[in-house]
Amino acid sequence: MARSAFMRWFHRFGSLPYFYRVSAPLAWAFAFPGVLLVAYGIYNGLAVVPADYQQGDAFRIIYIHVPSAWLSLFGYTSMAVAGFVALVWRLKIAEIFIIAAAPVGASFTFLALVTGAIWGKPMWGTWWVWDARLTSELILLFLYLGVISLHNAIESPRAAARACALLAVVGVINVPIIHYSVEWWNTLHQGPTVTRFDQPAMQTDMLIPLLASALGFTFIFGWLTLWGMRVQLLWRERRSRWVKRMLTDEF
Amino acid sequence: MSFESWQQFWDMGGYAAFVWSSYGIAAAVLMANVIVPVVAHRRLKRRIRNEEFDD
Repeated sequence: MARSAFMRWFHRFGSLPYFYRVSAPLAWAFAFPGVLLVAYGIYNGLAVVPADYQQGDAFRIIYIHVPSAWLSLFGYTSMAVAGFVALVWRLKIAEIFIIAAAPVGASFTFLALVTGAIWGKPMWGTWWVWDARLTSELILLFLYLGVISLHNAIESPRAAARACALLAVVGVINVPIIHYSVEWWNTLHQGPTVTRFDQPAMQTDMLIPLLASALGFTFIFGWLTLWGMRVQLLWRERRSRWVKRMLTDEF
Repeated sequence: MSFESWQQFWDMGGYAAFVWSSYGIAAAVLMANVIVPVVAHRRLKRRIRNEEFDD
């Protein structure tokens, strides 16, 4: 019973005209809380919470750096899940998700690396070191760029999607490596601050804006990916009748 | 509030260049992520309406 209801929803959501119709309001439903949460988190992080006792005001970079790093991992993991669905069930919407999420995830990975370098200069005295955390995060950026260039290089959309799905699934092995790199290896990068089982190593008033910012950017990731999916979907279906009918009816 | 004046806020305790460049780059990258798909969407819809793919 529950399963058949789920499967019905699953198939309906996989229907491209249906997805195109609901994805616009859905994208706004992601954008609105996303922008509000990020505004709250960054305002508090930049102006309200006290400066760090060791790092002074430079620590405020954390409110952009940690959410970016979180989404670099979340983004690739979601692409790997979609890749699995695309490979096993050949669901078109999952293929479209992978290619729409890739540039958004790559952007957050780029931001994690750049804000980390900018933060590292005054705190560590260097922009970059080849330690485990930084190197594995750089590999993640190359994985994202690999998915994007595979998609651009292969002419047939189905074949391109399968190649991207495969790379997404295989590449996800890098995600736990990044996460645990600070524990497995001796790195310059500090250990986990937020995701600790005992207690976060951060004062609550500094932590809450960080969590708000991370959650907000997650919503924004959803918003941007949904919008990219709409464009990808339209491109793939550009010759189909429902697209033409829909676009001519809009006038 | 952690700062007593706008001047202090901009100074970021001497780390202004690092803090503001981080936030500036993030804002620019996110804006690009908003604008690029919207422009691409519009252009694609126009091309489909102009029947550019109907060969």
